[in-house]
Amino acid sequence: MKVSYYPGCSLHATGKEYDQSMKAVSRALGIELKEVEDWSCCGASSAHSTNFDLSIALSARNLIAAEKNAMDVMVPCAACFNRFKMAEHQLKANKELKSKIEGVVGAKYQGGIAIRNPIDIIYNEIGVDALAAKVAKQLAGLKPVSYYGCLLLRPPEVCEFENYENPYMLDKILGVLGADVRNWSYKTDCCGGSLAISKTKIVVGMVDKLMKAAKEAGANCVVTACPLCMANLDMRPSKKYKLPVFYFTELISLALGVEGAKDTFKSHIFDPQPLLRELKLI
Amino acid sequence: METFLEEVNKKIDGVPIQRCYHCRKCTAGCPVASHMEYNPNKVVKMIQNGKREEVLKSSTIWLCLSCETCITRCPNQVDIARMMDVLRQMAIESGAGAREKNVLKFHKAFLAGIKRGGRINEPMMMAEYKLTSGDLFSDVLMAPGMFLKGKLSLLSPRTKDMKSLKSIFEKTKSI
Repeated sequence: MKVSYYPGCSLHATGKEYDQSMKAVSRALGIELKEVEDWSCCGASSAHSTNFDLSIALSARNLIAAEKNAMDVMVPCAACFNRFKMAEHQLKANKELKSKIEGVVGAKYQGGIAIRNPIDIIYNEIGVDALAAKVAKQLAGLKPVSYYGCLLLRPPEVCEFENYENPYMLDKILGVLGADVRNWSYKTDCCGGSLAISKTKIVVGMVDKLMKAAKEAGANCVVTACPLCMANLDMRPSKKYKLPVFYFTELISLALGVEGAKDTFKSHIFDPQPLLRELKLI
Repeated sequence: METFLEEVNKKIDGVPIQRCYHCRKCTAGCPVASHMEYNPNKVVKMIQNGKREEVLKSSTIWLCLSCETCITRCPNQVDIARMMDVLRQMAIESGAGAREKNVLKFHKAFLAGIKRGGRINEPMMMAEYKLTSGDLFSDVLMAPGMFLKGKLSLLSPRTKDMKSLKSIFEKTKSI
């Protein structure tokens, strides 16, 4: 399949492992990516926290740019995904707002393409059976908890994510890679998001709670699909609660035996390589 | 004259907040309620009671993470997360500023980053935040490691059509 690709700012910086592994996994699974031309920032929390029209206009500018490719757009960053879905929801529900925002952006919004996150594309378009058939190396000994966070799921009528209070798609994907996925109650709890910078102490408390719960569930790593969750879980926990954190695409890459799959592990802040070596996965 | 409640409802432009029957589910699920001056449910009550100044000057509205757990679980579809956005915007517009000054300074540094290059260059954005907030020393020990790991770069590609972005910021009268 062919899709438009909106990487967003994080995937070119602190979240570069997500971009690299997303592209590698897409190649391996036959998903062709075409980057949205001249994209700009989605606006993230800072736009919607301070100016509603700005938040819709910044996302609309990118949706309109993506519409030129006339294909569904894959948005790996959970924050960008959330903002795009919200803009789509508002623009489709409110005609007055739509014409106002089109005036601000200087172009028409058609609303004809679907905004999709890669968990949904891999689970629903490729399918877990096809994924399982491509696994070259079972991730035996890896005991992840799947961590979905907030922005892929909520609000549910906007994000349209399957089973938003107890999601399972990521668990199933990790399961067919041969990992022993642990069950836990914190799949959809918040990591603290952008308050990590301005209210660090609060966020340390939040990630410590998550990591403690992951350990209690018997996990030896945490798996995410969001660069903000990754940054907070990788950098912010207190020493005694630290665990390796992976993007789910890094683990698919590893299991499929994609060339260069190991390369992204080196740039994690908390080094996951000792665990992977111990389990003879690298 | 419009009451505070009417003004907030008009800006939310959805379910009126007086549909809340104070079951406090929003507060039970809020991950930062324990750090807030007034919990989310209390804010709804304060708006109904016309406590404009107390609400707009509270730390609560700046600590809300927009995790959207409240609206997901509200039995009456009262959009508390959107209400918090509206209150933050009203606090800025009224000149009340932000009780949690660094949270607003972070947002300003972030938006300045978009105005500068269309995309966020994280080291530049952080430098701007640190200079304006005076919070110079936290996290600085992480920076060299992040540069070495290639997670931070001073030269990241920018958006070419900056004219369109400039116009978006002007037309929406953004901070």
